[in-house]
Amino acid sequence: MFPSRFRYEAPHSLDEAIGLLHGGDYVKVLAGGQSLVPMMKLRFASPEMIVDINNLPGLAYHRTDPDGSLRIGALCRHADLERSDLLKGTQPTMAAAAPLVADPLVRNRGTLVGSLCHADPQGDWASVMLALGGSVIAQGPGGRRAIPLAEFVTGPFQNVLEHDEIAVEAVVPAARGVRSGGYLKLERRVGDFATVGVAVAIETSGSTVVRAGIALTGVGGSTIGATEAAEALTGKPLTAESVGQAAELAAAAARPRTDHRGTAEYKRQLVRVFVKRILAAGPATAATGEPAERAA
Amino acid sequence: MTMVVDDLGDEAADEFPVRRIKFSINGRKKAAEIEPRLLLADLIRRGVGLTGTHRGCDTTNCGACTVLVDGRAIKSCTMLAVQVDGREVTTVEGLATASELHPIQEGFKQEHGLQCGFCTPGMMLAAKELLDRNPDPTEEDVRWAISGNLCRCTGYQNIVKSVLWAAEKLRAEA
Amino acid sequence: MTTTANESRALDEIKIGGLGSSRKRVEDDRFIRGKGNYTDDVVLPGMLHMEILRSPLPHARIKSIDASRAWALPGVRLVLTGEMMATRNLAWMPTLSYDTQAVLATDKVRFQGQEVACVIADDPYIAKDACELIDVDYEPLPVIVNPWQGLDPDAPVIRDDKVNQADNVIYNWEVGDKAGTDRAFERADVISKLELHYPRSHPSPIECCGSVADFNRATSKLTVYMTSQAPHIIRAAVAMVAEIPEQMIRIISPDIGGGFGNKVPIYPGYVCSILASILLERPVKWIEDKTGNLISTGFARDVYLKGEMALRRDGKILGFRMHTDADHGAFFADAQPSKFKIGLMHSAFAAYDVPVAHLTARGVYTNKAPGGVAYRCSFRVTEAMFFQERMVQAAADDLGIDQAAFRRMNFVADDDFPHRTPLGFLTDSGQYAKCLDVGLKAIDYENFRQEQAEARKRGRLLGLGISTMTEPLGAGNSREYDILGIKMFDSAELKVHMSGKAILRTGAKSQGQGHETTWAQIIAHELGIPADDVVVEEGDTDTAPFGMGTYASRSTPVAGAAVAMVARKIRAKARKLAAHLLEVSEEDIEWELGRFYVRSSPQTGVSIQECAMAAYSNMPDGMEPGLENTAYYDPPNLTWPFAVYIVTVEVDPETGVWDVLKMVAVDDCGVRINPMIVEGQIMGGLTEAYAMASMQFITFDADGNCVGSNYMDYLLPTAWETPGFELHSEVVTPCPHHPIGAKGIGECAAVGGPAAFVNAVMDALGETGVRNIDMPLLPDRVWEALTYRRDVSGFPPVRQD
Repeated sequence: MFPSRFRYEAPHSLDEAIGLLHGGDYVKVLAGGQSLVPMMKLRFASPEMIVDINNLPGLAYHRTDPDGSLRIGALCRHADLERSDLLKGTQPTMAAAAPLVADPLVRNRGTLVGSLCHADPQGDWASVMLALGGSVIAQGPGGRRAIPLAEFVTGPFQNVLEHDEIAVEAVVPAARGVRSGGYLKLERRVGDFATVGVAVAIETSGSTVVRAGIALTGVGGSTIGATEAAEALTGKPLTAESVGQAAELAAAAARPRTDHRGTAEYKRQLVRVFVKRILAAGPATAATGEPAERAA
Repeated sequence: MTMVVDDLGDEAADEFPVRRIKFSINGRKKAAEIEPRLLLADLIRRGVGLTGTHRGCDTTNCGACTVLVDGRAIKSCTMLAVQVDGREVTTVEGLATASELHPIQEGFKQEHGLQCGFCTPGMMLAAKELLDRNPDPTEEDVRWAISGNLCRCTGYQNIVKSVLWAAEKLRAEA
Repeated sequence: MTTTANESRALDEIKIGGLGSSRKRVEDDRFIRGKGNYTDDVVLPGMLHMEILRSPLPHARIKSIDASRAWALPGVRLVLTGEMMATRNLAWMPTLSYDTQAVLATDKVRFQGQEVACVIADDPYIAKDACELIDVDYEPLPVIVNPWQGLDPDAPVIRDDKVNQADNVIYNWEVGDKAGTDRAFERADVISKLELHYPRSHPSPIECCGSVADFNRATSKLTVYMTSQAPHIIRAAVAMVAEIPEQMIRIISPDIGGGFGNKVPIYPGYVCSILASILLERPVKWIEDKTGNLISTGFARDVYLKGEMALRRDGKILGFRMHTDADHGAFFADAQPSKFKIGLMHSAFAAYDVPVAHLTARGVYTNKAPGGVAYRCSFRVTEAMFFQERMVQAAADDLGIDQAAFRRMNFVADDDFPHRTPLGFLTDSGQYAKCLDVGLKAIDYENFRQEQAEARKRGRLLGLGISTMTEPLGAGNSREYDILGIKMFDSAELKVHMSGKAILRTGAKSQGQGHETTWAQIIAHELGIPADDVVVEEGDTDTAPFGMGTYASRSTPVAGAAVAMVARKIRAKARKLAAHLLEVSEEDIEWELGRFYVRSSPQTGVSIQECAMAAYSNMPDGMEPGLENTAYYDPPNLTWPFAVYIVTVEVDPETGVWDVLKMVAVDDCGVRINPMIVEGQIMGGLTEAYAMASMQFITFDADGNCVGSNYMDYLLPTAWETPGFELHSEVVTPCPHHPIGAKGIGECAAVGGPAAFVNAVMDALGETGVRNIDMPLLPDRVWEALTYRRDVSGFPPVRQD
C-alpha cells in the first residue's frame, strides 16, 4: 500500500541523471512509474534511490527520421502513441497494440521505453518491438549504444542495461516494403495482463513478403520471438498455406504454463488463432488501432 | 500556520529525507515539505485536506483516485507527490466554480450516474479529459475513456448517459 | 383562478416528489462536489493510524511472535498481538452465527490473510513499516482448500480450538418432505440431474472497510465511525465483546462507498481499533487495503450443488431434491437469520408450482476467510435461484421441451396466491406468465431461434438464456427471523416541525440506495409534505431509532413500511388537529393529498402545514403538543418481487470468448417509489451478475494461496466489457401486505441474472452435449468445453503446472 523509504532525485539533464546512477547499490530510474510504483507500493521492489527523469527535456517525442526509422523517446507516453496519426498511417502493428496497453489512465503516464526496460513477460510492447526488429538505445557515461530487442531482455524483469545506463530511445528500423500486421491480445477485461498476445509485423514488396516478425506475449519466461514462424512467411506471397504453417510454428515456439488463465494447450491455441486472424486481415487491410479488446 | 509535532529525537530526523515542492491545486498555489515516498493521493487527501479523491485499491486498477495533472487524467495513487513539483493538479473540488457546477457534475445528477458516490470523482475527471479532447464523443468513446475507472453500483449505463448529457450541454454553451 | 366546490385541491403527487416520481437524488449534491463524508475522510484531533499484519500462510501453528523491532520504530505507539488480546478476553469474539472467530491469531493461523498483529502509529506509512518489522515464526500445517478435502477422514481439524469439534463439519440441516419427495421420484418419467459449484466471489465495494474508534476517557463514551450497513447490530455486538455499557457506545456510519453485504459483519480490525483507542485514549483510524478486504472479509457463495428433478413426460415438475455443501472458511461467521443454517436456500423453486421437495445442507470449515452470506445475495437466495434456473435449463433440455414453454407450464398461476411452497414459504402475489411474455417479446424470441439455427449452419454459435425467479425479500417477520436473537423489524421516527417541514430518521443505512431521496417520497405520499421539505438521516445510533440495517434488500419492505406507518400515525394526529381548527368533529373530516377538508364543504380545509403549526400553538384541550412519532414495523411476511432475465450471446468457437448481444430484464417489484433509482439498482445487480458469470471469482491453489486477493486477479468488469441493459417495468403487482405495495429490488438482478448469462452460453454450446461449465465462464473454460465436449468444473485448487 505504501512504499518503503527511499532517496529521490529529479535531475534536469541526461548527464546529471547518469551521474546519479552511481548513488547506491539499488537505484531505479523513474519515468511513467506505472509498473515501478505499484511494485514499490506492494514492497516487491524497495530501491534505495529513485532517479526521476520526467524533467529531462526533449524526450517526449516520437517521429520518423529521414532514414525512415521510427524513434520513440524515453518520455513518450502510451497515450501519445495511441492517438498518433503517424502510427496509424505507417505502423500498423504498433497502432494495434497501443490502445491495448493497460487502461487509459495508465497510458497517460506509462512510457514505451519504460515498459521495455521493465521486461515483464506479459508486457505488450516488447513483442511488438521484437516483431519489428527494434532496438533500445542506451546512454551511459561512455556514450550511446544500440541494443536489439532480441538481446535486450534476459529473463523476467531482467534487462542487459548496465547499472549506469539509461534507456533514452527505442528505434524501429526503416521498412523495406509496405508494412502490415497487427497485435491481438486476449485480456479478460481492460487492464488485465495478457493471457496471450501476438504481434505480427510484415513488410511486402509487391506480393512478396520481404520481412516478417512474429513475437509472443505471456507464453514464456520472457517475450518469445517466433523466428521460424516468421521465416515460414518470408520470401513468398502470403497464402493460406504459409499462414497456416506460420501459425503452427508460432504455437510450437510458445512455452506457456498452465495456470488460472488457462491450460498450456489453450494458450497455444490462442497463438495459432491470433496469427491467422492478424494475417487474414491481409496486407491491404491490416489490423489497425481499433479498440478491439479481445480477439478480433 | 503553526505545526506542532512529537519530538522523535535526532535519529528519526536523519532517516527522513524530505523534499520541498511547489505546485498548484485547483488554481491555488501551494508549497509542501514531504517525504519522497508520499503518494500524490495522500498529499491531496491528508496534506491539502481535499478528501474528494478516494483510495480504492492497492494495485492501480480501480481509478477512484483519478485526478488531472497538467490536464491529463492519471491515477494519483501511482504517482509520487514529489512528481507534481511545478505542475497543476485538478481534483473534483476544482470542477465547480464558486457559483456553478460543472456540466459534468450536473450530468451525473441528471442522469443518475452515481449511487454510493465513491468512484464518482474519478469518473468525472476521466470524463473531463475526454470532453476536453473530444467534445462530441460516441457512447463507445465514453466507455473506452472510463475503462480505467471501476464502478460496482451503477452498471456504467447511466454514467455514460451522464457524460453524454454533459457533452451536449458543453457544446450548447460553447 | 377559481375552483368549484367539488374540485380537488389535492396536490400533484409527482410534483411534490411522491411515489412514482423520479426525483433527482438528494445525496448527489455532496458526492458530485467531492464532499462526501466516508470513514477515511473522518479526521479527529490526535488521531493515530492502525495497520494489520496478516498471515502469509493458510494453516500454521504460531510458534512465536517478536514485535520488539516494531516497538522500537519511531512513531509507533502500540503493537497488539493475540496474546495481548487474550489477557483482555478479546482474542476471540462471537460471530453472528453462534460460532467464535479469532480477532488476532493466538494458537494457529487458519487462513491466508488472517490477522496476526496490528500496529498503531502516528502515520499510516510508519504503521506499515512497523508491520514489516514484526517477526512471526510459523510451523506450516496441511491445507484444506475445498470441502471434500475437509471431509476426508485424515484431514486436520481446523477448529481444534473448539471443545467438541472432532472434524470439519459445521452443521447438517434439512427441510422438506423426504418421504413424499422419494415417492415423487419413484413416479417420475424422467429424472434430471445436475451438479455444479457456485464459486467464491466477493462483494468488493470500491471503498474498503474501516473504522475510526474514539474512546473518550473523560466521558467514558466510545464513538466509532465505521463502514457498517447495520450500526445498531454493531452497537449490540460491541457492548457484548468489549463489555462497555450499551448507552456509552455510539456507532456512526457516515457515507458508505458501497456495501453489498460486505459491511455487515464485525471484523477484527474494528475490534482492534476500539481496543487501541481505549488503551491509548486517542482516536485510532483503521482503513484496510484492498488485499485485506478481498482476502479476509465477508466473501460470498462457495456452495456445491447436487440437484435432481422428478419430471413427468409432459413437462410437469413432480418434485425436486437439492443437497448443498457450503464452504464457510475457517469460522462460521455468516450474518443471516439464525434459524436457517444455509440462509434462504430453501426458497428455490418458489415461482414454480411444485408439490413436494427435500433439501439437505451441510457446512464445512476450510482454510479460507469466513463468510458466505454477502454480495447482494438475500441470504443465499442467489445460490438458490442460480441452482434453480440451471436445473430448470437442464430439465427442459432432458425433456426436449422449449425453455420458455417449460417454465411457463410450471409457473404458479396468477390466481393461485397465497401459495405455499414445498419448502415452507408463502408467496403472496405475482404475474409470472405476463413477465415472461414481456421478456420474450423484447428479445424477439421466435426470430432469435431462427437466426440461431441459420447461424449454426455457418459455424456461428449464438445462444439464448432465460432466468426466471421470485425471491423473498424483506427479512423478516419476528416468528421466524432473528439475528443473534434480535428480531428483524425496522423503524422510522418522524418529527414534523411547526412550519410543516420535517426530519425523518430510520434504522436502515443506505450505501448508495438513495434512502435520503426515497424515504422522503413516502412521506410526501402519505402526508402531502413536499419531499424537498423532508430531510432524512440514517446511521447514528445515538439518534436513529433501533433498526437492523440495510442488506438483503430489506429496507423498502421493512424500513420503508415503517416510514409509511409513522407517517400515518402523524396523519391521524393531524386529523384531530384539523378537526379542531375547522371546528367540526373528526367524523366530518376527509383527507386528500396535503390537506384535510370538511366533507360537506370541500373548499373549507386546512393544509398539513397548518395542522403542524397548530400542534405547537393551538392544540385542543387534553392533546399532547407536538407532531412527532416513531413506528416499528414487524413485517407479516416477506415480499416477493419477480423477474425474468433473458440474454443472447455469441460464442467464438476458436477462442471461447463470448459477447453479449442483448440483455433484457423484466422486473416486477410492486410499486416503485422512485423509478429512476429502482432502475439504477437493477442495472447495478445486472452488472454483478455479468461479472460473476464472466470473469469474477476467488480461488485457491493447492498450497492454499488465495488467487483473487487483489484487483489484478479479482476481475471486475469495466465500462468496456459491461453490456447495455434493456429494462422493462410494465408488470406491476403490488405487494398485498406492504403499506404502499412496494417490494424489495436491490438484489433481484444479482440473484436472477447470472443464470441467464450461463444458460445463454450453454445454449450456444447446445450441440456439444455440454451440461455445465462452472462460473465464471472464462474463455479458456468455454473453449475446453466446446473442443472436448465435456463439462468444466472450476472448484479449487486451481490447476497449475
